[in-house]
Amino acid sequence: MNNKDLLNLIDITVSFEGFLALNKLNLNLKKGELRAVIGPNGAGKTTFLDVITGKVKPTNGEVIFKGKSLVGKKEHKIARLGVGRKFQSPRIFENLTVKENLEISVTTPKSPLNLINKSIKDEQLNEIYRLMKIVNLAQKVDSKAGSLSHGQKQWLEIAMLVGQKPDLMLVDEPVAGLTDEETDLTADLLKSLSGENTVVVIDHDMEFIRRLDSNVSVLNQGTVLCEGTMETIQKDKKVIDVYLGRPGD
Amino acid sequence: MSLRKIKFDKKIVLSFWIILIALIIAAPTLLPVFRLNLLGRYLSLSIVALGVDLIWGYTGLLSLGQGIFFALGGYCAAMYLQITSSSEFPNNIPEFFALYGVEKLPFFWEPFRSPVFTLLAIWVIPALVAGLIGFLVFRNRIKGVYFSILTQASLLVFFNFFNGQQKLINGTNGLKTDVTQLFGQMVGSESMQRIFFWITAILVIAAWFFAKWVVKGRFGNILIGIRDDEPRVRFTGYNPVIFKTIIFSIAGGLAGISGALYTVQSGIVSPQFMTVPFSIEMVIWVAVGGRGTLLGAILGAVFINYAKSLVSEALPASWMFIQGGLFILVVTALPEGVLGWIQGDGPRNLLQRFGLKRKIETYPSLEVNNKEGNNE
Repeated sequence: MNNKDLLNLIDITVSFEGFLALNKLNLNLKKGELRAVIGPNGAGKTTFLDVITGKVKPTNGEVIFKGKSLVGKKEHKIARLGVGRKFQSPRIFENLTVKENLEISVTTPKSPLNLINKSIKDEQLNEIYRLMKIVNLAQKVDSKAGSLSHGQKQWLEIAMLVGQKPDLMLVDEPVAGLTDEETDLTADLLKSLSGENTVVVIDHDMEFIRRLDSNVSVLNQGTVLCEGTMETIQKDKKVIDVYLGRPGD
Repeated sequence: MSLRKIKFDKKIVLSFWIILIALIIAAPTLLPVFRLNLLGRYLSLSIVALGVDLIWGYTGLLSLGQGIFFALGGYCAAMYLQITSSSEFPNNIPEFFALYGVEKLPFFWEPFRSPVFTLLAIWVIPALVAGLIGFLVFRNRIKGVYFSILTQASLLVFFNFFNGQQKLINGTNGLKTDVTQLFGQMVGSESMQRIFFWITAILVIAAWFFAKWVVKGRFGNILIGIRDDEPRVRFTGYNPVIFKTIIFSIAGGLAGISGALYTVQSGIVSPQFMTVPFSIEMVIWVAVGGRGTLLGAILGAVFINYAKSLVSEALPASWMFIQGGLFILVVTALPEGVLGWIQGDGPRNLLQRFGLKRKIETYPSLEVNNKEGNNE
């Protein structure tokens, strides 16, 4: 652990009635880093996000974010500290319009009094329009989010994540169900976000991960099997055994 | 398509307003006092229905215990009327106390000598009770059907408590208000009932505007967000517990106002206001009228209750079947309720089914704008 780290997971263990979803997982993230997390089904990828965002309380271990422990904090408190999350299947508010969805994400402070009393601030409104342009949804301002295509929903959720201005973005399978072209655009978008933000991307899609050109952590059976660049992990024997398969398979 | 919809909505709203204002102005002269009084009662019920729509239609909290707050409001109003009309009774306390040998007024009656306190208590007390129950339930993340069961259980607790307290609030007999005095007139008199009708009509409109104000904008969007995907709202940094407590408390306050108005127009408040079927009926009014429409809650409450009284006069004992049937019909055929069906594409689809209207094209915008569509 050192001061440049934004997030440290220390010996995280999560046990669901004896089944170890995470087993002494250690992971450190530097500020501004882009990190990909891969692993076979059941490796604990989603539980790993659940622990950081407060949905699941670890049985053991510590989560240190910006020098503070997150363990035991409520989800909304963690979100306000600067942890944003994008879900596996797009989780947007389908009965609200694109703009209303983004309003929910960019609004601060997130107190009832602020919401009921005041109209949205100009700079937040500008931010909404900026985000809509980035993700190509400017034409859809007043469309119900439920009427968007799958790819547009994914992008709306990414825009909502960015609008929250989190220090740490956790992105769960952002390209599931996207076309190749959309996948490439998403990879570029995520790359452009890192540097200023710290981004963790979870995915199966090897092409996509390769395109991110970032450090990769491989999870297996609830623990970090291997860490390094794509080239390094592709040569790692353990990784080949559990996940990638031998060349020529 | 959206343009068309807005125009359509505006027409509905405008015609609704014209009909409503005409009805309110005409009602006292057109209707015999008996009917006017019934209409007044049903209008007051529409206020509790508005609350149900806020918590259920918008926020997804199906409360089966709104009768608690409704009755609390009614009791507040009735206690004031009883205590200010008790000067000729022994010990200067309401008449029923003598039946149970009570000579001293129970302490909690004292503040109800004040009209100002009473006017506040009618909505503040139910709102506080709702807020407290709500906070405890929501903080423990009790949701869905468990929430419904819990509210119904609370209703039964309140019902049994009020039923058993003869010495405090006349127990199962309830508190009569129609023979009490207000401003030197009997509350049950014709002229007073006319005034109550006006007050009710104005308060329904005020409550409607209030509810619209609550749900418009970002606050209302968060409520819808909580209904559709509460964890997502949490992960975005909002605390759903606070939002749910606030809206539940608002619904409680509306229920209290509704209960007070209903009490003075029906002449009595009793633990019967806290029976299980009555609170379920409140939900039915909203389901039939249209969830999440506000207007639907008002129309549902008024029309179903009016139908109830008409049907009960003509065919006694058949109402429960009709009401049950209506509920089943709405749940199966019109899940959005009548108003939701009208606001959606319901009427158009129905006409289509009878072949009276051309089917909409695959690209509605082309048909509506009709510019690029016919180029070929």
